Amino acid sequence: MANILSIRGVERRFDTTLALQATNLEVAENDFITILGPSGCGKSTLLRIVAGLDQQTGGEVLLDGQRIDGPGADRGMVFQSYTLFPWLTVLENVCFGLVERGLPRAQQLEIAHGFIAKVGLKGFEKHYPKQLSGGMQQRTAIARALANSPRMLLMDEPFGALDHQTRELMQELLLGIWEEQRKTVLFVTHDIDEAVFMGSRVIVMSARPGRIKLDREVPLPHPRHYSVKTTPQFTELKAELTEQVRVEVRAAQAAMEAA
Amino acid sequence: MNRATATLGTAAAVPAPATPRKRSRMKPLTPVSPGARIALGISFFVVFVAVWAIATFGGFVQKTFLADPVSMLQSGWVLLTEHGFAKDIGMTVFRVVGGFLIAAVIAVPLGVAMGAYKPIEAFFEPFVSFARYLPASAFIPLLILWAGIGEAQKLAVIFIGSFFSLVLMISVTVGNTRRDLVEAAYTLGVGDASLIRRVLIPGAAPEIAEQLRMVLGWAWTYVIVAELIGASSGIGHMITDSQALLATDQIIFGIIVIGLIGLASDLLFKWVNRRLFPWAQLGR
Repeated sequence: MANILSIRGVERRFDTTLALQATNLEVAENDFITILGPSGCGKSTLLRIVAGLDQQTGGEVLLDGQRIDGPGADRGMVFQSYTLFPWLTVLENVCFGLVERGLPRAQQLEIAHGFIAKVGLKGFEKHYPKQLSGGMQQRTAIARALANSPRMLLMDEPFGALDHQTRELMQELLLGIWEEQRKTVLFVTHDIDEAVFMGSRVIVMSARPGRIKLDREVPLPHPRHYSVKTTPQFTELKAELTEQVRVEVRAAQAAMEAA
Repeated sequence: MNRATATLGTAAAVPAPATPRKRSRMKPLTPVSPGARIALGISFFVVFVAVWAIATFGGFVQKTFLADPVSMLQSGWVLLTEHGFAKDIGMTVFRVVGGFLIAAVIAVPLGVAMGAYKPIEAFFEPFVSFARYLPASAFIPLLILWAGIGEAQKLAVIFIGSFFSLVLMISVTVGNTRRDLVEAAYTLGVGDASLIRRVLIPGAAPEIAEQLRMVLGWAWTYVIVAELIGASSGIGHMITDSQALLATDQIIFGIIVIGLIGLASDLLFKWVNRRLFPWAQLGR
């Protein structure tokens, strides 16, 4: 099967600093790729380039063989900050992209209600974002991105602002949806547990200038139950990744102190 | 964080440690109950009128300089019933609303365009910033020359007084739209025109409405200035006429009428804003 996304020699320079070193990555259909790395390693920059929100200074990104040169509805995104439109209700937020596509209202509502139910927010359709908890807002944001039926889903530390317990529940929810829909996902995080539990592939990026240092298949079968986190396979991979990420965090700190 | 834990059913309110210290009646930033708020608001009006009554009835101030509250009300009644003051009030309200609407109708689209498109902002912003400091009242002699002492002159004073500041405030508000919301909209497939219509304008709308409310208040001060010079009707005209007669009671009545209408229009505007933008009231 052809790869859905090809990242070829993509680099990003800010003035004189090289944030992202020529990076190559091939993403297959239905992959769930989690990207780990120390802060400032360019993992969010890479994701934003794929989203079309940032422009690479070299190389190219191909989606289904087409060069990406701007944001579009074919790549849905969930941000770390709460980006629901505060003037729209949960229902209207989920309908946002469907309205843009000019779908008939009845069809919009059918799709939106389906995804609202899927993220467990039935009964909250008329609520405004400010009336929801952080976890509920991110669930709405996931529903909003999925309702648009994008080719792939880009997630930039979507659960980073949530407390630990809520985050674990959100991971299970998203994984459940992925197991059912098999949407291709690129998921940036700095939580190693999260990266292993969610991903079918984990990528570790090096300290600045960022490049892909490690690329591992996650050998855990689906559907995954949260108890998988205590299996030897899980802890083994987690230990390896912890070691790898630690080296990079150290390197990033050393670079900071040297500067 | 607090909100997230609350959904998990954890107790959000932690009981405060029992301190025997007595609670002070006023703590910084502690809200006051709605009933107490109204009572406190009214009581200052009462204090104000009481001080005024003592100063005038007590003979501390001469009647020539300051009329007492009762004769103010009496001459106000005479003004309304015998001198057709209601028509003056109507004229003034018409001018305020007219000048304000003309300014708003042009300022809102221009401000939105400047906020959204930086070249448009770069083109207009320096001039508008300069024009904002031109005193509207100083234009009156010129405007009389150009437009006579008719309605066009009154509307022009209000327009000059409110338009430029309004444009700048709206442009800043639209320009300050949260970038992450803009990015989210782009990833949902909006184009530039849709972004303005579906994100920039609705996001800025409550703040723009507040700015309009504020500028309507300014329009009230400009209209009176315009009517003090070269007018044949309006509250400001009545005040200049009364000055010639040393009728301080009428002057004060006129001023109070302006205050009351201003307060009423402000409350109405606030109420409309709350109804139009319920989401902006949340979490305040």
